[in-house]
Amino acid sequence: MSPRFEPVTGRYLNTTLLGKPHRLYVEEAGKGIPLLCLHTAGSDTRQYRGLMNDARVTDNFRVIAFDMPWHGKSSPPPGWQEEEYKLTSRDYVRMIVDVADALALDKPVGMGCSIGGRIVLHLAHEHPERFRALIGLESAAHTAPYYDLSWLNRPDVHGGMVSAGVVSGLVAPTAPLAERWETLWHYMQSGPGVFKGDLHFYNIDGDIRDRVDQIDIKRCPLYLLTGEYDYSCTSEATLDIARRTGAPATIMKGLGHFPMSEDPAKFVGYLLPVLEKIRASA
Amino acid sequence: MIDSIAKYVNADANLIRRGRYVATTFLLAIDDTDYLIRIDEGRVGTITPGPFITPNYSFALRASRATWEKFWQPLPPLGFTDVFALIKQKLMRVEGDLHPFMANLLYFKDVIAAPRKESAR
Repeated sequence: MSPRFEPVTGRYLNTTLLGKPHRLYVEEAGKGIPLLCLHTAGSDTRQYRGLMNDARVTDNFRVIAFDMPWHGKSSPPPGWQEEEYKLTSRDYVRMIVDVADALALDKPVGMGCSIGGRIVLHLAHEHPERFRALIGLESAAHTAPYYDLSWLNRPDVHGGMVSAGVVSGLVAPTAPLAERWETLWHYMQSGPGVFKGDLHFYNIDGDIRDRVDQIDIKRCPLYLLTGEYDYSCTSEATLDIARRTGAPATIMKGLGHFPMSEDPAKFVGYLLPVLEKIRASA
Repeated sequence: MIDSIAKYVNADANLIRRGRYVATTFLLAIDDTDYLIRIDEGRVGTITPGPFITPNYSFALRASRATWEKFWQPLPPLGFTDVFALIKQKLMRVEGDLHPFMANLLYFKDVIAAPRKESAR
């Protein structure tokens, strides 16, 4: 019997980001228009496993995802022990543009979820010429913290367990159990303080409410997809972006904050029409 | 409804395993009615209704009866599926020494949601 490998390839990319050498883990599957996928805070590329294994997506799109520095199989940069990890808008935007360049991607489609859904708004605002289209999953222009973030990184609380605990309710209650717990496992595996460091962007530095009106979807089409059960990036917050930019938005029934990971089969049903529109305009 | 917490938690060997290091008393308030819930080694011991003069507990979860009733439905309506959804909407107040709660968050979420199983019967 031949080995049952998935049609997914994982490799390490050597590149310089923000002036430091990095060894980034990159996965990809499929061929066609590059679709650069951004994972959520405190998680990694495994969130896109469903897309990478769905021929309806990979027949026409080269799905690429990278573990951000500090996440998944991408280590922090040398000297990390001397600093506290805190993701900023400036660094996050720079990282995505530089990774796209290092991968030699020609006008990729950018798609991100949660912090990724926020940063696509920054990319739409600052670098519309770099992307064929942008897809925001669980996009909100700002989310204020609703619990004390210091619980996420302290020696007397297991950081992985508390991170999974705070996000568990964001998964739709109807999600398949295996996918729900796979999604939570990624959070349980996160390095100390990494989820908290990402939330510095999500809850504080990444606030883009004052610039949403300046996003020009004629320069780069923007599509918004948000799960109805997401109480962090709410439907109302996504619809507000849609109203202010003219970007089409769909509220996805039976999905929460991690649509591509908590219920990939259901999510692809919402994603395919968006991908078809992007392909039709190519 | 609240008494069913003991029944369902103590019948769930896996939940007890996950909470095996929990030893605390927490307060659950439905409107102005307080209950002290004692947990030892992941098992629910006593659930004592108030009123109390000097209640001794680590953390408290307070919400209205209408909120708890929605939260305890087998498939709660949007916005009532999780304690953090309630906290964010200011429908629930969590106060006191939160360490036992946050250090065992997945466990306590399942303990608090146990009455959904009673609703589903």
